[in-house]
Amino acid sequence: MREKILAAIEKNSRIDTKELSIILDLNEVDIINEIAAMEQESVICGYHTLIDWDKTTVEKVNALIEVRVTPQRGQGFDSIAERIYKYQEVHAVFLISGGYDLLVSLEGKTLREISAFVSDKLSTLDTVISTSTHFILKKYKDHGTILGNRTMVERESITP
Amino acid sequence: MKNRLADKVLSIKPSGIRKYFDIVSEMKDAISLGVGEPDFDTPWHIRDEGIYSLEKGRTFYTSNAGLKELKIEITKYLQRRVGVTYDYDSQVIVTVGGSEAIDIGLRALINPGDEVLIPQPSYVSYEPCALLAGATPVIINLKAENDFRLTAEELREAITEKTKLLILPFPNNPTGAIMEKKDLEAIAEVILEKDILVMSDEIYSELSYKEDHVSIVTIPGMLERTILINGFSKAYAMTGWRLGYACGPKEIIAQMIKIHQFAIMCAPTTSQYAAIEALKNGDEDVKEMKEAYNQRRRYLVNAFREMELECFEPFGAFYVFPSIREFQMTSDEFATRFLMEEKVAVVPGTAFGDCGEGFLRISYAYSLDTLKIAIGRLKQFVTRLREEQNK
Repeated sequence: MREKILAAIEKNSRIDTKELSIILDLNEVDIINEIAAMEQESVICGYHTLIDWDKTTVEKVNALIEVRVTPQRGQGFDSIAERIYKYQEVHAVFLISGGYDLLVSLEGKTLREISAFVSDKLSTLDTVISTSTHFILKKYKDHGTILGNRTMVERESITP
Repeated sequence: MKNRLADKVLSIKPSGIRKYFDIVSEMKDAISLGVGEPDFDTPWHIRDEGIYSLEKGRTFYTSNAGLKELKIEITKYLQRRVGVTYDYDSQVIVTVGGSEAIDIGLRALINPGDEVLIPQPSYVSYEPCALLAGATPVIINLKAENDFRLTAEELREAITEKTKLLILPFPNNPTGAIMEKKDLEAIAEVILEKDILVMSDEIYSELSYKEDHVSIVTIPGMLERTILINGFSKAYAMTGWRLGYACGPKEIIAQMIKIHQFAIMCAPTTSQYAAIEALKNGDEDVKEMKEAYNQRRRYLVNAFREMELECFEPFGAFYVFPSIREFQMTSDEFATRFLMEEKVAVVPGTAFGDCGEGFLRISYAYSLDTLKIAIGRLKQFVTRLREEQNK
């Protein structure tokens, strides 16, 4: 049941439980209980809206920063990752295999804000060896969803 | 010249859905629930193979019966999904959609005056194709009280000395009806006893929501007398690629290949390469699309129940076939008024045979959001009709 619910709400978190019970052929009360349990267990960590900010008047700048760090004895990368992800402007932090260690996704209002964060806060951490900042120029697809404009329906409206 | 046109062709009625199409295409904000094809795009990896085949310059004809690799993949698929073994070399033909397979299958079998049994409501092509092949179509009117399944009694009643072939269209367009194993066993008994052939159109086989689709070819004695028709349109959302296939006894397939060779040459090459990819790596896509259809199906069945619109639960294809008999108007009147007053297009059941009178075909090859808007309008319309009746 969990997997069924998760598969459905991963694509549409706004769906109400009554409708969910109809389309999945599950009991509504069971669904409510299961979702509550998954929220409790942090299987479901939040509900967000995917917004294409480029279509609004709000200016946002996104950057991905490759960070090389010195892992700490007994804690590996966890404590340094924690130091980084606690900053408000940090959107996401991933531990990465390969040429660097942490991938930090940042969101700021301006370029200057982001560069200030990298030079003043991130680079000055003792464990950080180097950083490499990549600014995002355009988002094509995010969270499995293609951004940009909806394509016109070209299918014929009535066919046998 | 007096007879410029062929009488046989003139005798065929044009499709009844044209009228709705013309109105909808002129109407602003109209919603259509009238299509018989998936709303999904062909999965990208399949399209990509098609594009790649063009890039590689594979723009030649293939052999008449189709690419060997594709025929092998088709037999593997049928082994895997249906549990039946065909020889790729002599028992498979790749066609231009399932439609061509219906046409050439009929032409390969029919002698003048042979009777072809066509259960209706069903897809619009069977009757005209049978007529063009020179057959006498004999319609079996399926009944709502049997959930539009074909029963052994109905079949037995329709068979005469001249009966040559039964067309078996399940999972069914437009009713969404399926035939389960026990239903097939019952009719198989009659088919064997009366010694007739079967053309089983299983184009919707992957869209069966109760249990996995059962093909009549798996019932003992049926494989030798059945042309199995399937294709890529519905399962892989590949309608525009125009690709289907037929499998059957090799002496029948050999004759079908002859007609195909002279009328068509071969199915589109690009589509054949894409189809190989679909069969090799498309199972997961089919599963995902089927789950989406099933969710919408449940939504619609529930919505009809809530508005107390009589409707049996369909377990196949992507159609619901509710009854509108309570409103005392024809399907055509209902569909026309619904379109004019609420701007939602549905197809009257009569487009699929006279016994579709009193029913509508509603397609759920649409997103849930679209369905919700359409259902809202239907509810409004039905309420208004009921009020009119009670005046």
